[in-house]
Formats: sequence, C-alpha cells, structure tokens
Amino acid sequence: MKIRKLLPYLLLLLGSVIMLFPFVWMVSTSLKAPIDIFSLDIIPSNPTLDNYLKILEESLFLRWFINSLIVAVITTISVLFFDTLVGYIIAKFRFIGRTFIFFLILSTLMVPTEMLIIPWFMMSSELGWTDTYWAILFPGLMTGFGVFLMRQFMEQIPDDLLNAARIDGMNEFAIFFKIAVPQVWPAISALGIFTFLSNWNAFLWPLIAIESPELRTLPVGLSFFSSGEAESQWHLIMTGATISVVPIILVFILLQRHIIKGITLTGMK
Amino acid sequence: MEQHSVSQENQGKKTPPIQKKPVKQKFWKKLNFQKYLFVYVCLLLPLIFYLGIRILPTLFTFNVGFREWNLLSTEAQPFVGFDNYVTLFKDEVFIKSIVNTLIYIVLGVTGQLVFGMVVALLLHKINRFVGFFRVIYFIPYVTSIVAISWVFQWILMGNGIINDVLVKLGLPAQPFLNSPDQAIYVIIGAMIWQSIGFQMILFLAGLENIPDSLYEAADIDGASPWQKFWRVTFPLLNPTIVFSAVIGTITFIQVSFTQVVNMSMDGSGGPLNSTISVVVYIYQLAFRQFDMGLASAATVILFLFILGLTIFQMKVLTKKFDY
Repeated sequence: MKIRKLLPYLLLLLGSVIMLFPFVWMVSTSLKAPIDIFSLDIIPSNPTLDNYLKILEESLFLRWFINSLIVAVITTISVLFFDTLVGYIIAKFRFIGRTFIFFLILSTLMVPTEMLIIPWFMMSSELGWTDTYWAILFPGLMTGFGVFLMRQFMEQIPDDLLNAARIDGMNEFAIFFKIAVPQVWPAISALGIFTFLSNWNAFLWPLIAIESPELRTLPVGLSFFSSGEAESQWHLIMTGATISVVPIILVFILLQRHIIKGITLTGMK
Repeated sequence: MEQHSVSQENQGKKTPPIQKKPVKQKFWKKLNFQKYLFVYVCLLLPLIFYLGIRILPTLFTFNVGFREWNLLSTEAQPFVGFDNYVTLFKDEVFIKSIVNTLIYIVLGVTGQLVFGMVVALLLHKINRFVGFFRVIYFIPYVTSIVAISWVFQWILMGNGIINDVLVKLGLPAQPFLNSPDQAIYVIIGAMIWQSIGFQMILFLAGLENIPDSLYEAADIDGASPWQKFWRVTFPLLNPTIVFSAVIGTITFIQVSFTQVVNMSMDGSGGPLNSTISVVVYIYQLAFRQFDMGLASAATVILFLFILGLTIFQMKVLTKKFDY
C-alpha cells in the first residue's frame, strides 16, 4: 500500500532529474575553466567566472540582450493594445463590415508564418527596412490569435454596463480603458506573457530580418556565436546559453502562477 | 445583434411621454455617431496591418510560386505555371524534407501527448508538491530553443557526458547527432522534452473538468484502474487531445526549423540531409540560393500540408462518446 502511494512521487522525481539535468550541466560547464570542461564533476572543482567576463567583454551578448528586450517589450505592448481593442470592437459593436473583418482576421490564422517570410523579406529590403528594429518588429505588431481570444472574453461583458457609462457621458475610449479592460484583465495578462515569451525566443524571422551583428536578438546572436566565433569552445557556448536562459527561468518562477493559469484560461477557451 | 436591440429597446420603452421623444432621439443619434466614429477610427490601423502584412503577402506568395523569380538576377520574372511545383516534386531532397517533417510531427506530437498526459495523471494522483513538480516540468517550455539545442549538442557530443557515462557502464559510445540514423530521433527527443510541460498543463485542466461522480460510479460498478482510465478518463480527455494535437502540430512545424538549424551537425539538416525539415529546405532555397519562385511554391505546399493535416486531425480525433 505504501509503495503504491510513493510510486507516483518516485516517477515524477525521476522525470524531474531528466527535466533539470541539461540546465544543471549547462551552468556547471559555464563555471569551469577550459581545461576542466571534460571532467564529470557536476559541481566544478575550481569554479570561475572568467567565461562570463570574457563573453561580456569580447562579444555582443549585452547588446543582444538589450535588443531582445526592446523587441519583445514593444511587440507585447502593441499586441496587447491592438488585439484587445479590436477584440472589444468586434465583440461589442454592430457595424457594417463587422463579420467580414472578423473573418478576414481569422483567416490569417490559417496561414503559417513560414509562408510570409519571403514577401516580408522582399518588402523590407524594398522599403529599406533591413537592419532596423522595425524590420524585426513589424510582422508581430498584431496577432489574429489575440483578437480571437480577446473577442471571446469581451463578449461576456454585459452591454448594460457599457450603456450605463455612455448615458453618464463617458467617451468611447474611456469606456474601453476604464470599464472593458479591467473586466478581462486575466486574459490580457495571459496574452501579454505569451506574446513576450514567443518574441523573446523567436528565431526564424529575426534571423532573416537582420544582417549586422549589432542588431541581432539573443537567440540569433547565440546561434551565430556558437557556430562561428566560439566554435567548439563549449565553456563559452554554455556561458552564452546560460545568459539567455537563466533570466527567463527566474522571471518564470516569479510569475509561474499567472503563466500556468494563463495557459489553462487561453487553452481551454 | 444584442447591442443593437438593447439600444432600440431603450428607445421603445421610453417613448410614451411624447414630449421627450425628440431629445432622446437626438441623444441616441449623437451616441451612435460617436460609436461609429470610434469603431472605424480604431479599426483603421489594424485593417491596414492585416491587409498589408498578412493578406496581400499571402496572395503575393501564391503569385511568386508560379513565376521564375531569382533575386540574384535582374531579369523579368516570367509566369511559368506549375513548373516550380514539378521541379520540387522531382527533387529528392524536397521529398526527403516532407517525409522528415511527417516523422517529426507523428513521433513528436504523439510523444509530447503521451508524456504530457502521463505526467498530468501522476500529478493528479499525488497531494503534495504538485506545484513544485509543475514548475520543474514547465521550465523547459519557457526557455530559448536555440540555447537548449546547443546544450543538447554539448551533452550528446562524441566525448560528451552521456557517452562518458555509457562507456563507464560498459556500453558502446553512440554517435547520436553525427549519425544519419540517429540524429532525427535525437532532435525529436529534444523537442518532446521541451514541450511536455505545456501539454501537462492542458491535460491537468482537462482532468480537473472530469466530475468525481463518474469515478465513484465506476467504483460501484467494480471497475479496475485500467478500465477507469480507458472508459472514463481517456474519452473525457478527448477534446484536450484534439486541441493539443492541432496546436502541437502547428508549433512543431515552426520549431523544427530552429531545432534542426541549431542541432544538426552542419546547421542545415545534416548529416546527409537526414534531419532536414520542409522549413529548413525553404530557408535554404530562399535565403541561400535566393530562388524565391521555387521557395514560394514550397511554402504553398507547406500551407496545404498543414491545412490538410489539421482537418484530418479534427475529423479522426474527434469522436462522440455517449453517457
């Protein structure tokens, strides 16, 4: 009886080791001197921060980190503003072209991003956008998924609430920000977290949009760094990987309740 | 429709005091004008965005796919009908990339569904440390695929830690990513590892929606745990499974690019094209050879492929269960 109770714990613990080991090994290697990296010690015998100093001084990691932050923050703000607004309008207003616009936006969900990279690339080189933040940003400023999601949550707001505000003389923008937005706050924060995460980790489009090393985002920078200047220098590659992974893990642990609730909320809708 | 009827009802209900009517009407008219102004002003930018950055580029891709269009040559881009499609299907590497993409999806999505469900079922059984385990299993999902791919390369190297341990245990060292036979499965393994957490959360939510009364009824009927799983849990998780499979497929097609570029030995689907996926193939065509016509045709095929797969999954996986 006791063993049957303990068995799930044991299995989960075993799984946890598999889940965490790559991270442990990554951090461990990043703290080792080049001659020690092939030793099997999980806790380095002579831990050193040299790799971090070297990477921050000799490569552009700090710059890439800031680039990623700028791109992810601007995209997230834009997506939250526009997707929420459009979702609200489609859910709560009746106007000519409403169904048409909704289906137009929904239809973009069926087209995979991979199909758009070629026209986007031609567009941004034609218009001289290559090698600017704007080139990385522009495809993600709004998302069909976000509109779809916000529409579903906005529909639950009672019309009477909005009409009451109108009779009180509130203008439409104030009604949107002060009445509608607070009602769907959990959905907005979930959308925000996922937009930030997917932009922070995006690889394909930033790889195509940017040519100069200074403007790379963290994933693109790390990829070039690992196959180029740091080739086979695993202590440096693992240091770069740690720099790009650890901050997001810390943020996740801080926000984990919201994130997990967010998936349930958005996934099950 | 509701919105409209509400405002009309308000008008209708309050008409009896005849004198007030013009004032009311004026008020609602002004309000309606304000509403329309708000709607169209707010929709202006989004409409430009969706038309200019989503819809027109999609149509443009179809157009380019029917043309001979190389960015390196300055000549005109003649219409060539289905020539690009014929060229693609004659190319062994393209066929290989399609077959590989199918392997990625079938094994990868199945794997993440199975492991995600198992972890969720285990978590559902225990009372303590649920939050703790949930966080641990979810961590890989939030981390950068690029970083993780390089970590796996390092761990699985010829003289990496896994091979060291294998040799210490008296087993032969494995080539892993260097072997045309093993590389694709190693990459699939890494993809599954990274997405278990996401599926786990979806399945946990699905499990919580199953009423306890059904299990109690099954207990009264004397059902074994195995029967309870197959007769109660599994059918009731069906919507979750369909949803997870569709989402998993779409993300896998994208992820396959990042993972393959950063995990395969030559960074482009090696060794011997054994790990190349359709998206990697498209990337090579478009941004190494600048053959936009051929590459666009390949993205159109990818689009139809995803569309077909999604419809197939919805049809096959959605089953009705009666209670």
